[in-house]
Amino acid sequence: MITIDAKGMYYRDLNRLIREGIAKGVKKFFLENVNGQYYIGDGIKGDDIVINVNGVPGNDLGAFMDGPTIIVNDNAQDNVGNTMNAGKILIKGDAGDVVGYGMRGGRIYILGNAGYRVGIHMKGYNEQLPVIIIGGKVGSFFAEYMAGGVIILLGLNDTGDTGSDYFAVGMHGGVIYLRKKIDFSKYSKEVELYEADDNDMAFLKKYLSEYADSFNISIEDIMGGSFYKIVPSSARPYAHLYTSA
Amino acid sequence: MLKLKNKFGIERDISGCGLCGIINTKRVKTTGSDIKKAISVEHDRGNGLGGGFAVYGNYENYAGLYAFHIMYDNLSAKSSVEEYLKNNFVIDKEEPIPTSKTSKITEHPYLHRYFMKPKSDRQDKLFHDLGDDDFVVQSVMLINENYDGAYVFSSGKNMGVFKGVGYPEDIADFYKLDEVEGYMWTAHNRFPTNTPGWWGGAHPFTLLDWSIVHNGEISSYGINKRYLEMYKYNLSLKTDTEVITYILDILIRKHGLPIELATLVLAAPFYQSIDKMNNEKKELLTALRQIYGSALLNGPFAIVFGYSGGMVAMNDRIKLRPLVAATMGDFTYVASEEAAIRAICPSPDLVWSPRAGEPVIVKFEEPVPQKGRVIGL
Repeated sequence: MITIDAKGMYYRDLNRLIREGIAKGVKKFFLENVNGQYYIGDGIKGDDIVINVNGVPGNDLGAFMDGPTIIVNDNAQDNVGNTMNAGKILIKGDAGDVVGYGMRGGRIYILGNAGYRVGIHMKGYNEQLPVIIIGGKVGSFFAEYMAGGVIILLGLNDTGDTGSDYFAVGMHGGVIYLRKKIDFSKYSKEVELYEADDNDMAFLKKYLSEYADSFNISIEDIMGGSFYKIVPSSARPYAHLYTSA
Repeated sequence: MLKLKNKFGIERDISGCGLCGIINTKRVKTTGSDIKKAISVEHDRGNGLGGGFAVYGNYENYAGLYAFHIMYDNLSAKSSVEEYLKNNFVIDKEEPIPTSKTSKITEHPYLHRYFMKPKSDRQDKLFHDLGDDDFVVQSVMLINENYDGAYVFSSGKNMGVFKGVGYPEDIADFYKLDEVEGYMWTAHNRFPTNTPGWWGGAHPFTLLDWSIVHNGEISSYGINKRYLEMYKYNLSLKTDTEVITYILDILIRKHGLPIELATLVLAAPFYQSIDKMNNEKKELLTALRQIYGSALLNGPFAIVFGYSGGMVAMNDRIKLRPLVAATMGDFTYVASEEAAIRAICPSPDLVWSPRAGEPVIVKFEEPVPQKGRVIGL
């Protein structure tokens, strides 16, 4: 275990310290006084590595990450988990725009809100199943061009609509689960809304239990009531954009 | 040929740009060290080809006079511009803008400032009767367009812009902004896209009290430019951001639109959103889009603009550039990255990301008298 005081530290130096630590066999990192350092945990491997971040990490946190866990005790900026492959990112505050862009595996759990363009181009294949769970609400272009994986949008502590314009536009794979029904007519024409069935609820229970444990909240508060799911109407929504059916 | 202008090749780069703003609604002043600290967190968003600051409340002793900041390529440009100024303005004070000899900025134009007001018996009175503000605008346009090697980069009252080619923290040291105090600051770290990085092309862009810092690209530049040229604005700075400054001037100062409506012109709601509004709002926004279609800004942007009454930060309509805001007591902070705010305000009362096209408007508590007509909402 090592503690790094990142106050005023340039991102390259901080990331070098983390990489050197991993090479030496350090499994647990505590980063103190982080403020805006980019690329923390990018591309690192190792399922047993845990990085605790105190402060606001900079853009592209955990990009291309392949196994480790990053815990952020504050807000995070843009591009969290960009093209992440495996591992887990926990954010106890809000996340910025473009969370989980092109994500292909692993989990991103956000206690607060997330910004615009969450989970765009997210994809899954065989055992690779990326999962994003957002506790609050999200901005526009949520799940745009989503191709695989699962996003769960909880809308806890929020009275307004949890979604926004261009919701799931161009979605052609994967599943979105909603804890609150949204005014579906406002959104994409390329997706369909169903009530979650028993299989869905079993899946949700597994991931939401882990989510609740991560943030020390009660699973009953989250799981009480029904859930809805959104799936694409077609795997190839634009198959006939230029040709007749 | 003007050295100040366009001496770099034009190449395309990935856009970054960072911006920050600080306002205290009770007009409590901070030195430039706070904004410098904030913008320096966004160091990597720029590439050293432009940094700058706008400060309001820094010229209390000359608050009634127009403070011109002018950059000159050479002394002959200076003497010809000064001849124009002497013929048309009463110059209360003029001096070199204080700069540090020890900063990292080693190459720079002559930087001079003038505190002055238009003469009441100036020559142009023979042809028309322009108000002082209009005459200042005309003079700024004239100098920037017709006087080679000279460029007015600040012309407001009780405010000033300090900018140049370099990283913003170095520009702040160069102009010794640690010693300058103001109740509102904006800052910019430039990563030039499409247009050259030159001294005049650094942000903020100003005209009278308007100052603009901008991250993004104005795809509608062509139509905005043609619209503004009809109203005698000269667009000579080779940068898209310039249009925003002049659009604000025409909308708010000349046409008397309230700030709130002006922001709805810059980032007009889509018609599909307007369709869902109640009739009164629908009528208003449709009218704005019809009248001011050519003033709509298209393309990705986050901007912060300052004026004598306050500060406004906003995004384009689909939020293609980052913007975070925070409040702490009477202070409001805005920045491209939350970390920039946290560097000077570690525990804000409130932190949020403004929604697309939704302006954060912060006005001073005792507003200075508004000029022009006001159209009721």
